[in-house]
Amino acid sequence: MKRSINSLLLLALVAGIVASCNNSESNKKGDQGALASGAAEKVYVAPGEHDEFYAFFSGGYSGNLTVYGLPSGRMFKEIPVFSQFPTNGYGYSEETTPMLNTSHGFVPWDDLHHPDISQTNGKLDGRWIFVNGNNTPRIARVDLETFETEEIIEIPNSAGNHSSSFITENTEYVVAGTRFSVPVPQEDISIKEYKGKFKGALSFLSVDQETGRMNIKFQLMMPGFNYDLSHPGRGKSHGWFFFTTYNTEEANSLLEVNASQNDKDFIAAINWKKVEEYVNNGGGTKMPANYAHNVYDHGTHNATTTMKKEVLTIDPTKVPGAVFFLPTPKSPHGVDVSPDGEYIIGNGKLSADLTIHSFDKMIDAIDNEKFNGEAYGIPILSFEDILAGTVKQAGLGPLHTEFDGKGNAYTTFFISSELVKWNVETREVIDRQPNYYSVGHVMIPGGNSAHPFGKYAVSMNKITKDRYLPTGPELEHSAQLFDITGDKMELLLDFPTHGEPHYAAGIPAEILAPKSKKIYKLEDNKHEYAALTSGDTRVERDGKEVHIYMSMIRSHFTPDNIEGIRVGDKVYFHITNHEQDFDVPHGFAMIGANNAELLIMPGQTKTLVWEPKQIGVWPFYCTDFCSALHQEMQGYIRVSPENSNIELSWSLGE
Amino acid sequence: MKKAGIIMIIGSLLLLGLFKFPLWNIMLGAPQYPEPLGMNIHITGIKGVSEFDIQNIDGLNHYIGMRTIPKAEDMWEFEVFPLVIGGMVALGAFIGLLGFFGKVNHWWFIGWFGLMSVLGIMGMYDFNLWLTDYGTNLDPNAIMKMTNPDGTPMSYKPPLLGYQKMLNFDVDSWPHIGAYLMFVGMLLTMIAFFVGKKEWKKKKRSFQSH
Repeated sequence: MKRSINSLLLLALVAGIVASCNNSESNKKGDQGALASGAAEKVYVAPGEHDEFYAFFSGGYSGNLTVYGLPSGRMFKEIPVFSQFPTNGYGYSEETTPMLNTSHGFVPWDDLHHPDISQTNGKLDGRWIFVNGNNTPRIARVDLETFETEEIIEIPNSAGNHSSSFITENTEYVVAGTRFSVPVPQEDISIKEYKGKFKGALSFLSVDQETGRMNIKFQLMMPGFNYDLSHPGRGKSHGWFFFTTYNTEEANSLLEVNASQNDKDFIAAINWKKVEEYVNNGGGTKMPANYAHNVYDHGTHNATTTMKKEVLTIDPTKVPGAVFFLPTPKSPHGVDVSPDGEYIIGNGKLSADLTIHSFDKMIDAIDNEKFNGEAYGIPILSFEDILAGTVKQAGLGPLHTEFDGKGNAYTTFFISSELVKWNVETREVIDRQPNYYSVGHVMIPGGNSAHPFGKYAVSMNKITKDRYLPTGPELEHSAQLFDITGDKMELLLDFPTHGEPHYAAGIPAEILAPKSKKIYKLEDNKHEYAALTSGDTRVERDGKEVHIYMSMIRSHFTPDNIEGIRVGDKVYFHITNHEQDFDVPHGFAMIGANNAELLIMPGQTKTLVWEPKQIGVWPFYCTDFCSALHQEMQGYIRVSPENSNIELSWSLGE
Repeated sequence: MKKAGIIMIIGSLLLLGLFKFPLWNIMLGAPQYPEPLGMNIHITGIKGVSEFDIQNIDGLNHYIGMRTIPKAEDMWEFEVFPLVIGGMVALGAFIGLLGFFGKVNHWWFIGWFGLMSVLGIMGMYDFNLWLTDYGTNLDPNAIMKMTNPDGTPMSYKPPLLGYQKMLNFDVDSWPHIGAYLMFVGMLLTMIAFFVGKKEWKKKKRSFQSH
């Protein structure tokens, strides 16, 4: 064990040297290039003009998705997904709290890693964006008309939902692969019983093409490795899904050493079409489970939680020809498939080489049953038989690869902190650019689909150091935008990103912008507690519950004076925004409320609960500057003692 | 009188366009309204150019105390205008038909044109009165009370025709498709008069020569 620690230290040392060499050399070149070619002009979007691309950055541990414009690097929006969001009340309002329900109860946070935009025939179609929650395994779907989270489904039998949420080329499936293997079903056993007892679930969620609704179609119960990342096949490899594994050693302690012993781990190749066929013919075992399925409805403006009690599990050895292991050096992290579907690139994160498998060779080896052993009954192919080639000594610690659609691949190297461009066919390195600093993923708009828009590459760096003004010990991460239209990549822009910008997905603005929703039509509002006209506004008492049906329009609430509320009541403000004008939300804040404000879009109804604890006359007001009379948009609620018999009354303009 | 009668009939029928297309259009643009708000004035009522424009114009107007844009049932004009236009179309077509068979002479055409012009001018006069009333007869409790440099209360009357800057708004008021169809129609009835004059003379001459 000592020896391996030493070699790791050596590796790190070498990495430091290589990285610093690279940086100092290209740094000069990069700066000159930027000056010579007018990088500023290339990222300048004049006032009133729009960016060419939308980029959706995962917020990592912020639990959110942030929307940026490219090439400007301006942030347009933060979309709460797995987190409570005081800005608009998501996760606080009565309508949205069900979105964060799980079998563990209300979990108002997650670690959001990999966004993926829906596709049709391998092309980005801009209907939805799928994202994964790592910690309490979940997959969410964000609607790209409203830019709001519409659905979250919990993944049972999983932990560390990391090789996720990638989609097949017609959005047939979104996958949720477990990074941590766990006992299935969960049980109270010693951790030392890991080997053999723990399972790695790879879940395939079908997507309804009309509504986008997800449903766990089946879970493959794989050996207890760690399933790290995944990508779908496309073109000729459509029907297959590839998952990298590490810890094929099945260690359960000090993994940084004990899971780095095998020279080669695996890429698991899954023929999901075969499994699907098996399932459609009644295959698989239904197993008791308990997981939440949360759906938000834009008609009722309400989310509901359904607890599901069953999941279909598949033993991979029962579906011959469906699952194979592709040996890949060493602890591979990213697995990326070329736009034509032929090359499966596995990046051993502790290796200097990139390994490129050939899909054709893989099929050939499978057809000829050229296996080199098995693991838990799953055939292992021979490394040499499936290898298309390697990119030798391209850098240190390769992680992720994206493609430009012109035959080039762009791979990030974490240890040597650089972005390397290489030719997919010749496997020659064409260019390398340093990253500031410690790059994780790279994103080219459409770069993980069959049709990349090869204009820009954005690297997402883990460390910021000296790139911006210091802000105390905690810094936002940095992203870097490269122009990749020429032979050499050109660094155009640095910009900070929020949370951990783990991965991103980009799409041309012209696909999304025209269909972006501007308002909710009041006449389509089916919220149970909506007050659609000012005549519908009222206050009703039901025991200790008081329901206030309130409306808002520039610049007043109806009603704005309410009396007859008592200490100990549970007061529901059901507030409907009567505006029907783009970008005119109203806010609502109540003094002493133990949750958040509401930000209510035109035509929308939202509900805030307030439990008054002190007698008095308490104000509420609009938080979003809505008109010249915004400050006047306010009202009062009189709170009387618990035993008071003051009648409920409400008014406006008296 | 065959040709003149046909032109007269076509000319009067063009007025039917007013039942489909707006007569007038008023647009309100401002920096914060990149997509301007607008209203189309039909002979049957007022509609927003975009779905919620009327509501949003009312929302703005309430600052200065202007009444909300009237619904069709709030104004007698929207009941009477369709009757007048319908009547004039029927009358014009009937005169055209009589002309076609040589039962009436061209003076009837110009008579129709004259009557239509008088009614049109009356309509414009009424429209202008209505704009003036809306733009000046404001709620005394209005939130904002703007005055002209000379101290008189500001009027928010949109122009009857053309462009005007009104506070932060660019206001454009122009005829719309229905009006243009009406103008062309009226022009055709004028032409019918001149064509009819020629044809009538010819007829008269041939009558005399017999």
